[in-house]
Amino acid sequence: MAETLLSLHINGELAHVAAPPHWSLLEVLRYRLDLIGSKQGCDKGDCGACTVQIDGEPVLACLTLACAAQGRAIRTVEGLGWEPQFRAAGCHPLQDAFDRYDAAQCGFCTPGILMSAESLLRKRGRAVTPLEVREALAGNLCRCTGYTKIVDAVVDASERMFAEDHDIHG
Amino acid sequence: MADHDPTPPAPPAPPAWQLGKSHRKVDAMERMRGITRYTDDLKLPGLLHCKILRSPHPHANILSIDTSKAEALPGVHGVITGKDLSIPYGIIPWTPDETALAVEKVCHVGDGLAAVAAVDEDTALRALAAIEVVYEPLQAYYDPEQALAAEVAINPFNKRGNLSKDVVLEFGDVEQSLADAPLVIEGEYFFEGTTHGAIEPHCAVAKLEPNGLLTVWSATQVSHYLHRELAKVLERPAHTIRVIQPPLGGAFGGKSEPFDLEFCVAKLAMLTGRPVKCLYTREEVFYAHRGRHPMKMRHRTGFTREGKITGVSARTFIDGGAYSSFGLVTTYYSGQLLCSPYVFPAYRFHSTRAYTNKPACGPKRGHGSVQPRFAIEVQLDKAAVALGLDPFELRRRNDMGSNTTTVNGFEVGSNGFLECLDRVESGSQWRERRASLGFGHGLGLAGSTYICGTNYPIYPNDMPQGAVQITLDRSGRARVFSGANDIGQGSNTMLAVIVAEELGLHLDDVRVVSADTDLCPVDLGAYSSRITLMVGNACMQAAQKLRGKVRESVAKRWEIPAARVTLIDRKAMDLEDPARSIALDKAFQWAEADHGLLGEVGSYNTPKDRHGSYRGGTIGASPAYSFTAHVAEVEVDPETGVVDVKHIWVAHDCGRALSKLIVEGQMEGSAYMGFGEAIMERHAVDPRHNGVHCGPSLLDYRMPTFLDTPDIHALIVEAPDPQGPYGAKEAGEGPLHPSIPAIANAIYDAVGVRIDALPFSPPKVLAAIQDRARLEQAGELAPFKSAGLGERRNA
Repeated sequence: MAETLLSLHINGELAHVAAPPHWSLLEVLRYRLDLIGSKQGCDKGDCGACTVQIDGEPVLACLTLACAAQGRAIRTVEGLGWEPQFRAAGCHPLQDAFDRYDAAQCGFCTPGILMSAESLLRKRGRAVTPLEVREALAGNLCRCTGYTKIVDAVVDASERMFAEDHDIHG
Repeated sequence: MADHDPTPPAPPAPPAWQLGKSHRKVDAMERMRGITRYTDDLKLPGLLHCKILRSPHPHANILSIDTSKAEALPGVHGVITGKDLSIPYGIIPWTPDETALAVEKVCHVGDGLAAVAAVDEDTALRALAAIEVVYEPLQAYYDPEQALAAEVAINPFNKRGNLSKDVVLEFGDVEQSLADAPLVIEGEYFFEGTTHGAIEPHCAVAKLEPNGLLTVWSATQVSHYLHRELAKVLERPAHTIRVIQPPLGGAFGGKSEPFDLEFCVAKLAMLTGRPVKCLYTREEVFYAHRGRHPMKMRHRTGFTREGKITGVSARTFIDGGAYSSFGLVTTYYSGQLLCSPYVFPAYRFHSTRAYTNKPACGPKRGHGSVQPRFAIEVQLDKAAVALGLDPFELRRRNDMGSNTTTVNGFEVGSNGFLECLDRVESGSQWRERRASLGFGHGLGLAGSTYICGTNYPIYPNDMPQGAVQITLDRSGRARVFSGANDIGQGSNTMLAVIVAEELGLHLDDVRVVSADTDLCPVDLGAYSSRITLMVGNACMQAAQKLRGKVRESVAKRWEIPAARVTLIDRKAMDLEDPARSIALDKAFQWAEADHGLLGEVGSYNTPKDRHGSYRGGTIGASPAYSFTAHVAEVEVDPETGVVDVKHIWVAHDCGRALSKLIVEGQMEGSAYMGFGEAIMERHAVDPRHNGVHCGPSLLDYRMPTFLDTPDIHALIVEAPDPQGPYGAKEAGEGPLHPSIPAIANAIYDAVGVRIDALPFSPPKVLAAIQDRARLEQAGELAPFKSAGLGERRNA
């Protein structure tokens, strides 16, 4: 089958890749670009394990045609924690909080959850409540944790991320 | 002379180091960075993609299969059918009753019968569509009792019609105990069946190396059993096969036996000479199943006026689906695992497992005992209501205590059940909260027990059940080789904690290499909650031997007794003079100079004297038992029948928590999973639509989301057991058991109705509420809770 040449902006870099025109963004990320952090749990938009961000919004990569993502800013879990302000810590505050709280058991749903959670924190720009976390992450299934430690970790990360602002303004 | 020597004073006890702390797991950060390679993330040059042709019929003879058109398609490299893999296998050696692909007949919708390997998935799917199969449909059976009465045998290998297993065991005179009891509670309970729902679908990759070694990577929780069954079915010596379990995306029992894809990719890799991968679709995962068995349970329980159990009689029909899987064990477990934490003076169970034309059932977290635990604990609640007793009080009166023997002959060691009851009672503020809840709101209690591995392995042998190798490196590192499968439950971290504890290391200093049959000693796998106790013991033994060598070498150079040396925080330290210490890498170098390369092995085998002395008396006997209690708070909407679970308090006796957050996480995950089974999950096929699954997707098979899930409060209880490493027992399965009955009992407490069939879905709950309302209006029942808060009929 003839493949299409795609130019995708991923994690701040431009990637050129050939793929069948009907492939989803998830397939191109995983099987052409070896960006394996985004996971396939259902391939039909039910589980949220493939969540990436497009133009800052959480999106299901399994329901997004790769060609439709051209010209837009795609961010995957591999792009989380590499920002200059997090380089000294070695990871994003969410990843650190998940690690401290043991919020990832098998870790398969974790990349998608991190991408949804990062979007929540960025939009709120302040410490979030457990209910806000539960609402924002309701599209991401986790089968291991019972969600408790994930909610705690996201709340904790938001408090740490926005504590500085609080100090400045307070 | 020794008589006159004063005993030298013992050195101070070593300070606490790693045990029981909150740890960052050894492999978590890689998972959160998205760089961990699960099975589907493996990249191999020349990889072919495998797809499996599956039956649309629930029951049919295969008259012919023509694969010639598929084979002729460009891009197709290999096609196999049942006759290419015709040796029957089964996880239980006594019941080899399935083949990788169906040979003569298909037994459920989704049964595989041919597989192709092609350059990509699209080509493989086109090839499947080109395979021509002629079926002769047969009558299908979906109910175990109807299947038992049928003339047609479903399973092609079973020799007893549709009877899979029948177990009757009686301890004491049950009928007499019931006849003499002032109160007998009778109940019929139905568990419809649920599945595991790990977010990672099954996946396997196989590659034939130039030297003839066949490597199979698989998302399995039992690499060793897969290794054995591959050798059998492929007719290759086991030493020419290497099984590797890459990091796993959840399992819960759903990956604890071989599946068709592993045999298919191995065979196709051998045929084509190229690496082959198969990734199940989510729909295929539902049809592969091996989830919790549907059970129809009739229980009769006798009580004294004081609420003490006099006897228990259980009759259970188990719907096995088309194959045995672990069914022989399930049938025993459905009765054998119930004789604790309450004293049963007399007990009889009769469990019958039948084949039906459904995806085969198997083990799911809390194998075999979650369903009957629902019956047991609701029976107790009904008795408490009838006797006007508080449910806590009734359970305390029946507690069996520690260091005792169950009615079926199992030796119970440590037992923290009473403390579990205390913790959920105080944690939930049971008395105050229950008194304040009006109609529609309720609290429910349930308790349970579970095993920490089984004393006898699945295939009889005298070798150890758990083994670990450890080597120390002169740079101050430890390498741990373990066959155990870390399936996300954190067993690699558990091993690192033990090694770090004994050798004074940080967790970052410990490399755990696990579940690779070429590199690691044999372990039987991640099932029946065996790893912490068994592999933990083996690991502790090896680590303590190394600790001894290192202490000895340090003591020799410091000219002090070895007992004065401890290893902590990357140092060797003099306990009597803590200012004197040496860096751990230096201490390891001293020990390597004295002993040569530092390596030790540890192995663990189970006690063989802690079970019943009757046929079947070994099945379900464990070195140690965990205990759990739950309190659930629910809100039931009497207008809609919707049950909203608000809180679950779960107290679990894990013996000793080696790593606090991991234990809590297992408790929370267990309570969540049981909650889902209670309220919304339903794994069933539709007889009116030719046996297709009622909803083989993560949308239609409803699993609880962030918003559905109640607040879960994990309360760790520690009753250390001499059989466990540092006293540790299991935490991964036991905490699930009380979820369902605690919620059932809370629903009764809220609206006064008993829902004895799962799940507690709105139509069922609403119908029961309306039935009760009609009886109340007719004056046949007193109003359940009057308008005033907390006034209750039995208060």
